[in-house]
Amino acid sequence: MSWFEKLLPSRIRTEKSNTKKSIPEGLWQQCSACHSILYGSELERNNEVCPKCGHHMRINARHRLEVFLDTNGREEIGATVTPVDILGFKDTKRYKDRLAGAQKETGEKDALIVMKGAVLGVPLVAAAFDFRFMGGSMGSVVGERFVRGVNAAIEANVPFICFAASGGARMQEALFSLMQMAKTSAALTRLAEKGLPFISVLTDPTLGGVSASFAMLGDIHIAEPKALVGFAGPRVIEQTVREKLPDGFQRSEFLLEKGAIDMIVERNQMRETIADLLTLLQHQQKPLLATEAAA
Amino acid sequence: MNTDYLDFEQPIAELQNQIAKLRDTTHSDLNISNEVALLEEKASSLTRSIFAKLTPRQVSQVARHPKRPYTLDLIDLMFTDFQELHGDRAFADDKAIIGGLARFNGESVMVIGHQKGRNTKDNIMRNFGMPRPEGYRKALRLMRMAEKFHLPIFTFIDTAGAYPGIGAEERGQSEAIARNLYEMAQLKTPIICTVVGEGGSGGALAIGVGDRVFMLQYATYSVISPEGCASILWKTAEKAAEAADAMNITAERLKALELIDDIIPEPLGAAHRNHAELAKTLSEVLDATLKELKALSMDELLEQRYQRLMSFGRYEE
Repeated sequence: MSWFEKLLPSRIRTEKSNTKKSIPEGLWQQCSACHSILYGSELERNNEVCPKCGHHMRINARHRLEVFLDTNGREEIGATVTPVDILGFKDTKRYKDRLAGAQKETGEKDALIVMKGAVLGVPLVAAAFDFRFMGGSMGSVVGERFVRGVNAAIEANVPFICFAASGGARMQEALFSLMQMAKTSAALTRLAEKGLPFISVLTDPTLGGVSASFAMLGDIHIAEPKALVGFAGPRVIEQTVREKLPDGFQRSEFLLEKGAIDMIVERNQMRETIADLLTLLQHQQKPLLATEAAA
Repeated sequence: MNTDYLDFEQPIAELQNQIAKLRDTTHSDLNISNEVALLEEKASSLTRSIFAKLTPRQVSQVARHPKRPYTLDLIDLMFTDFQELHGDRAFADDKAIIGGLARFNGESVMVIGHQKGRNTKDNIMRNFGMPRPEGYRKALRLMRMAEKFHLPIFTFIDTAGAYPGIGAEERGQSEAIARNLYEMAQLKTPIICTVVGEGGSGGALAIGVGDRVFMLQYATYSVISPEGCASILWKTAEKAAEAADAMNITAERLKALELIDDIIPEPLGAAHRNHAELAKTLSEVLDATLKELKALSMDELLEQRYQRLMSFGRYEE
């Protein structure tokens, strides 16, 4: 970095990558499991699931809700709620700059997106985490948007669905973020009072304060295949117990075996499964399949 | 170095040492008592000045002091007729959390708290005060019992965090913590929580949702330990002092941020120097708070508790 660039505040500065890219970014992608080289737009069309091996890669929040919800009647909730650096938190970087960086990278204001809509004609409110946004960490905005989503579901008398993907609480908001665990969990008591279903979908990864609050409070727990889900991260556990963790530890299949979740559902089956579950829980007719609905 | 005293307390330890030596002398010098009084005065003022400007990192050392009052000490000093109740009825009795029936100023109550050990043997039994899922499930069982029999609940928080082990994960550590947050938010009985030592993250919060949350003056409460935060954000645990400062972990700062309701003042030189005095102060606050909460109708109590939880968070709109 030249002396001139160093003078610029880090918010303005753009970090140059060392490798020159001769092809546009995202044209080709590699599957993180089978290492096949995949055509970017094909992967996107397949909802970020590897067409070769079926591996579920992380999917951003807006894309998730787009493929989950019916096209008609979507309405975002809590978009006006935006983060502030309450504590003037600074580690090796200022929280303000981390926020600005994440906002620029993702085009989102924070790590949770909430939308009202329907799935195969079944009305509901759905929330999705964006793991790209500071590891999907939960701070005040995530908590508040979650609560508003739950309240919107109560008001409309519809179920609430949440797709979790988070490393846990956001350290830069310190105890405020810990309190979001209590806040979001408390909101779900009101949803339950109204007899409305909450389905929690655990996706890769769901850890820490998110897993130890609303994500584990679903009437039904669904996980995507091979998602890492747990309280403590594998590295912390290895350091504590000083032994190597067994293969597949804290993965969806392990959770199913241990009784922590109800089922594992592939991303491309999520709409049908959830619509079916919700109609069963609510004494409604079986929803039309996507193909029938489109016809 | 006197291990009863923390590194920054060593000047006090030296003075106390001199006082002890003077007292031990067999000289019939009349001036000794004067001398002792003088030194004691000096020790107090030194203690006052050291404790007046503790850094957040130093407060976190005080919060973890091995002589700090633990839940069982507080039960001994503030409650009578304690009957400990054991087990989660499903897997085991987790000794990192204790609970049971007791009387508080003559009234039947439920007491639940983390329990650390003072020596290696006890600490192994207590798992250093780090609960596994069965600990939280025992706590939940006792809280439901309290609701059934209309007993107010007192919780005492003092843990580095929930235990991150293989068995704990297998038995659903996350679910156990989450379930407590959910149930405590709507439990139909007054809940008063006090952070006594370390308020370590979700492991602390899992018995920390209530109508009032107090902190002892030198207790800490944080989303992650300063060491953990430093090793993630600074990539080295050596920056724990910076992390402790940045995270606002002290009672004073958390009160200012309206995340806790009040601070319980500690005796000179912190609670571990005088358990009885601390217990007296705390007992008075708990008694007054319980009276306040019992004056509310159940609907008011639960609505206030809910609104308190909803008020947490700062954002722009």
